[in-house]
Amino acid sequence: MTQAPVLRDSSKVDLRELAGDALALARSSGASEAEVAVDESDGFSATVRLGEVETVEHNRDKSLAVTVFFGQRSGSASTSDFSRTALEDTVQAACSIARYTAEDPCAGLADPDLLAKEFPDLDLYAPWQLELGQAIEMATMCEQMARDEDSRIVNSEGATVSTHSGREVYANSLGFVGDARGSRHTVSCVVLGKQDGNMQRDYWYTTARHAEDLEPAGRIGRLAAQRAVRRLGGRRIATRQSPVIFEAPVATSLLGHLVGALRGASLYRHASFLLDQLDEQVFSPGIRIHEQPRLPRGAGSTAYDNEGVQTRDRDLVSDGILRGYVLDSYSGRKLQTKSTGNAGGVHNLTLESGRMDLDALLREMGSGLLVTELIGHGVNTVTGDYSRGAAGFWVEEGQIQYPVEEITIAGNLKDMYKRIAHVGSDLDARGNLRTGSVLIDGITIAGS
Amino acid sequence: MTDSLVLAKQTLLEPGGLSESDLDRVLGRLAHPAIDYADMYFQYARHESWVLEEGRVKNGSHSIEQGVGVRVNSGEKTGFSYSDELQLAALTEAADVAGAIAQSGRSEAVLVPCRDTVPVSPLYAGIDPVISLEDAAKVALLERVEAEARRQDPRIKEVIASLSGVHEVVMVVRSDGRLVSDVRPLVRLNVTVIAEHEGRREQGSAGGGGRWDYRYFSDELALGYAREAVRQALVNLDAVDAPAGTMTVVLGPGWPGVLLHEAIGHGLEGDFNRKGTSAFSGRIGERVADPQCTVVDNGTLANRRGSLTVDDEGTPTQNNVLIENGILKTYMQDTLNARLTGTPPTGNGRRESYAHLPMPRMTNTYMLAGKYAPEEILQSVDKGLYAVNFGGGQVDITSGKFVFSASEAYLIENGKVTRPVRGATLIGNGPDVLTRVSMVGNDLELDTGVGTCGKEGQAVPVGVGQPTLLVNELTVGGVQV
Repeated sequence: MTQAPVLRDSSKVDLRELAGDALALARSSGASEAEVAVDESDGFSATVRLGEVETVEHNRDKSLAVTVFFGQRSGSASTSDFSRTALEDTVQAACSIARYTAEDPCAGLADPDLLAKEFPDLDLYAPWQLELGQAIEMATMCEQMARDEDSRIVNSEGATVSTHSGREVYANSLGFVGDARGSRHTVSCVVLGKQDGNMQRDYWYTTARHAEDLEPAGRIGRLAAQRAVRRLGGRRIATRQSPVIFEAPVATSLLGHLVGALRGASLYRHASFLLDQLDEQVFSPGIRIHEQPRLPRGAGSTAYDNEGVQTRDRDLVSDGILRGYVLDSYSGRKLQTKSTGNAGGVHNLTLESGRMDLDALLREMGSGLLVTELIGHGVNTVTGDYSRGAAGFWVEEGQIQYPVEEITIAGNLKDMYKRIAHVGSDLDARGNLRTGSVLIDGITIAGS
Repeated sequence: MTDSLVLAKQTLLEPGGLSESDLDRVLGRLAHPAIDYADMYFQYARHESWVLEEGRVKNGSHSIEQGVGVRVNSGEKTGFSYSDELQLAALTEAADVAGAIAQSGRSEAVLVPCRDTVPVSPLYAGIDPVISLEDAAKVALLERVEAEARRQDPRIKEVIASLSGVHEVVMVVRSDGRLVSDVRPLVRLNVTVIAEHEGRREQGSAGGGGRWDYRYFSDELALGYAREAVRQALVNLDAVDAPAGTMTVVLGPGWPGVLLHEAIGHGLEGDFNRKGTSAFSGRIGERVADPQCTVVDNGTLANRRGSLTVDDEGTPTQNNVLIENGILKTYMQDTLNARLTGTPPTGNGRRESYAHLPMPRMTNTYMLAGKYAPEEILQSVDKGLYAVNFGGGQVDITSGKFVFSASEAYLIENGKVTRPVRGATLIGNGPDVLTRVSMVGNDLELDTGVGTCGKEGQAVPVGVGQPTLLVNELTVGGVQV
């Protein structure tokens, strides 16, 4: 059963040609400007649970999305059907919407002088020549290492090995054509530990553009097991104010909230707690947050954004001072400035690490909470109010004492950002938001 | 043949030249001694949305997604593949790829009879909401909503209103001979406002919808959402810091039922319980709630956002009693988990689309009414929190810990609702939170039709509801120690 059936060649459609057809259709329908994104991807994932194959899933997706402009009115439509008829219907649907939308002086394609002119090879595409049988073997080994790691590992949600690659063409009526390929491979493992009737689950994963950059599958299993068993016997702590360390994998969410508040749409709608904060002290002095869109093999790397605007390295925050926003062409015009090359989001945003590793951060904190899991959506981008469910470990004299659960941590992001005391050297660089562990003073913990 | 089946065949089979005998042949290729069950899920979904901000509808979008997912179950194994081409070659290939999970060699093709099942009476009309209103009228509706919000108070600085509609046609073809179709409309209207006063900004949000066409949004209803969003934003302008710590919490009726969805619902989904990964595993027949509590998951309510005539595996939905007078009665099942645990499917097999695998999911989850008047419940509390509106929630089904975040809440002091407090997350332990319910109100309400549930990356529309509830000792994640 381990023979992977051969999938048909998915590149039978020329995506560039299709994009060109869509633009031509838009033009012949009377649109003054248009843009189109066409993508195609395929791959598979195999999950092994308790030593047996549980799920094999084959994925093949495609989509075409078009936006048309009639002067300063716009409409958008998308389809997963690449037939000529569907293409015509989709362009017509977009045009039909544009008839009813209002004139908007800020609407339109990117400014021509901002479009990318150079397309360096960022080494983002490396399909993994992985047979289904090999994937199953690797997942089996990963899960086995987890189950062998500790006798308290009694159950599992399985180990998964997946590989996906794809291509995306973006073109607009200014003559811009971008054609990018990318791949992503992942090994993950979720296991459960049990002790005295208490059950805890945790996971670990590795993900990379190139399979050779993945961490060994066995290590992923062992880390997942260690993380699950160390949570066993979690207890509540009393309500208090305390310093908190956000372990690197959860600290990335602090960057996510920052991006949410600096997005152009949040700013021009006055729906951001960082309104009018440009060139102001927003983080503690010394904090640097920078974007590196052209990092080779980076999770968020790209030479141009979703509108074709050239990306470039920049500091979003330097020495704690806010230096820029996260804008696309539309919000740039709304705010009387220019796109920052962030249509579609940020690209490899990094909170720069200090010298201390996690152990040193724990010693620096002395007594406090190490947060390893956050749940819920209790973050208000308008006010900065922050209140989320948390689990982790209580720390005394720099040493982990016992696991903690069923508590919340709360504050306001405006204050929390200014109270970041240290950023650890334990950089989690797996995703598009990258940081080490973060020590913040003065967080409210609600518990028993 | 039912109307929905005629439409399903016209939409899903005929354009690609597929016939019912083609479906038989594809199922026949999957027939193999090691295969317990297989199905094909054909889907066409047309979605549109219109967004108004700064007084203008600046853009709208329209999308069409269609395809077929083929799933094969063998023991606990699942093979899955899909295609966005509704043609025989693509369907056959998807079936072969999915079927490889159980087949080492190809057996002789066996014809599986493909029959229409007894029609289930639909819970909503087989309509296309997208064409139920002229585009100009959709824009005008959003403009009226915007004007109503701004008219309420000069402190309203921004209004964002959105209208969306989905027309979905599905057909499930199963290896046991069942062939079922469903035509599912879904509409939603949402309003978010930002109020500003003396440098402080707060937002309020309201909306609703269901399995109707756009004419559901009468001015009375739509303008009511605008007024409600404004009311919430203005309340929050006066809010003080929320308290931190464990205290008595009174939850309002309706949408606060997100408590049940997170604390109870997910933990009772059949997949987690078959695998023994839920904090509720193996606890059927045990007391998990106060005897006043009866909680159901009911997919059969006409026109509700969380309702389905048949689930995504073709099983008619049911009114499933999850907890009866405090005792855990049943888990929610799809066909796979029902078969593996020897229990009947409960009509809870759902999937986001043809490109996703079905799994046990909730429909409309709510607690039945109790005997107390809401005023009586509030009067019984010396000091506590009264939470009436919530954002989303989340649960760790293994540890049982769940959260849900209040977006409108007040202090209760000496039996009276006093000052509004800022939003805060509430955290508790699913298996015991309902044992700490001491009063259940007589004011059961369902939410207005805004819920979306995420599980393993798949989003499906759901509903929640409850009467006013008094929970002793819930942890409130404010900042005021």
